[in-house]
Amino acid sequence: MHFIVCIKQVPNTTNVQIDQKTNTLKREGVESIINPFDEFAIEEAVRLKERTGGKTTVITMGPPQAENALREAIGRGIDNAILISDRAFAGADTWATSYTLASAIKKIGDYDLIICGKQATDGDTAQVGPGIAEMLDIPHVAYVKKIEEITPEKAKVERMMEDGYDIIEMPLPSLITVVKEINTPRMPSLRGMMASKKAQIPHWTAQEINAESTNIGLTGSPTQVMKIFTPPQRPGGEKLEGSPEEMAASLTDKLKQLQII
Amino acid sequence: MDYFLSDEEKMMVELARKIAQEKIKPVREHYDETEEFPWPIVHDLAKADLCGAYIPEQYGGFGGKVFNLVLVVEELCKVDGGISLALAATALGTFPILIAGSEEQKKKYLPDIAAGRKLAAFGLTEPEAGSDATAMRTTAKKEGDFYVLNGTKCFITNAGEAETYTVFAKTNPERGPRGISCFIVEKGTPGFEFGKKEKKMGIRASVTRELIFNNCMIPKENLLGKEGHGLMVAQATLDTSRPGVAAQALGIAAGALEEAISYARTRVQFGQSISSFQAIQHMLADMATEVEAARCLLYQTARMMDANPGKRTTKESAMSKLYCSEVAMRVTTNAVQILGGYGYIREYPVEKMMRDAKITQIYEGTSQIQRNEIALQLIKESAAKK
Repeated sequence: MHFIVCIKQVPNTTNVQIDQKTNTLKREGVESIINPFDEFAIEEAVRLKERTGGKTTVITMGPPQAENALREAIGRGIDNAILISDRAFAGADTWATSYTLASAIKKIGDYDLIICGKQATDGDTAQVGPGIAEMLDIPHVAYVKKIEEITPEKAKVERMMEDGYDIIEMPLPSLITVVKEINTPRMPSLRGMMASKKAQIPHWTAQEINAESTNIGLTGSPTQVMKIFTPPQRPGGEKLEGSPEEMAASLTDKLKQLQII
Repeated sequence: MDYFLSDEEKMMVELARKIAQEKIKPVREHYDETEEFPWPIVHDLAKADLCGAYIPEQYGGFGGKVFNLVLVVEELCKVDGGISLALAATALGTFPILIAGSEEQKKKYLPDIAAGRKLAAFGLTEPEAGSDATAMRTTAKKEGDFYVLNGTKCFITNAGEAETYTVFAKTNPERGPRGISCFIVEKGTPGFEFGKKEKKMGIRASVTRELIFNNCMIPKENLLGKEGHGLMVAQATLDTSRPGVAAQALGIAAGALEEAISYARTRVQFGQSISSFQAIQHMLADMATEVEAARCLLYQTARMMDANPGKRTTKESAMSKLYCSEVAMRVTTNAVQILGGYGYIREYPVEKMMRDAKITQIYEGTSQIQRNEIALQLIKESAAKK
């Protein structure tokens, strides 16, 4: 079976700075790491390959230095990597990113399962995984915490919910996004690191993945960021004191005042 | 200082650092307190392919260089000098096979050790035979296709946890030093038991026990090298393994130095950080200079050994072990001094580092024995010139 993992390079800090002019993330001088949720996706792909045999491929859309993230994924056991890189991709929102990654996956062609982290720690949207599935017109399940069974025809997965979990059977090929509960990522190994150093990583441009220029980068992005700001702190609530009877009386008074009751 | 490490060497260091920081640091206090054997960490080292750093590729290892072992052990010991001993003591137990083993013996034992599936241990010391190994009383009497071992070894690192033991015994007691032979003994062989577990000052995550042989019959194929060549195997092993102890000492020293610097920068007394006091600055400067000098001597020794396989490096090896261990003791003692009262309590890591450092001046030849070795080589070299 063929497992494709989509990853993203994110700044290694929670204090991301915003460029006031473009309203996009400032990336200069900040160390980049693999999006932590994507590490679970990488590990799950490697485990699935160990379980079922086959191969694993990792892809990312990003600037040339995103190749480092791909090499790290190879160090953790992924077989092949492809960097989707073109100046025309710059400024892509989740729609354009989903379109671009889906176009690259169409070019790869044969695949059984696409695995993404549930969301990236910089944008926090959780939209790209499901977006890719829609663009490819395949089923997807988000927030997967366990893959119970998998065959070339179908997979049975557990989807984490706020109040428990769903067991879902899905036909393959399809896409899942995974949560941190799914596994504990392994450390890189010396063999993996040596393989990652030697690996040839092709760079695919917009033209090579047959991407329409109107669908990629800033021009292909329906989302336009008008302003980014820190939400104001919520004012503290009001605490009623006294005996239960007094508190109940004062609460009903206030609710009446506000014409809620 | 730039030691011009190759890309592969840098990878090993990076990987060892990652394991030290992410896996060992959170549990080092636990293992020191409980004296449990750190199997989970051994498994992490195995999965990262670090167990075979010093074993040649044809036996499943990663290049077979002493320098690889040195780099990995140093990096791990910056965080904890005890846990990584499972790896370093395995190297000590494995070197006799690498040095004197036949092709069959190497193929049989090395791949499991390189993959981290099995640990090894080295059995030379006895209650009455420490620095004077020739005083050993353990005997191996040949009977048909077997050797029958009788005797007790003490202070054996990894004893009980390791699967593969390289053990020295007298096959011909009348011949003195030339009557000693080396054997591979597998755990589980009838007549091979483990004695009491020692309670130690430091390196408490490492297990130290006795090996007890009571009419233990081992197949004659397990003789390493020739009968009567055991002492030579032991000496060649110690020449090769002492850089490993030196690396342990260097790592402990470097770790303590780092703790002392970061503490000095943040500790405020008399209204200013104590790193602004010249008394502290000079201590830190001396500590850092000694650590770097120790590293230079050790790295160069290891590289010399790797460049001249088979050539004896007794003098340089002893110098590295002597100097690194003495530096480790001085630097950790001063680190405790810089941390003051906090340095003396277990909540801060330097107290443990000081306890761990002490053993490096004692095992695999005390500092005094290292000086004997160095002086003997100096005299021999001088005599050879005339």
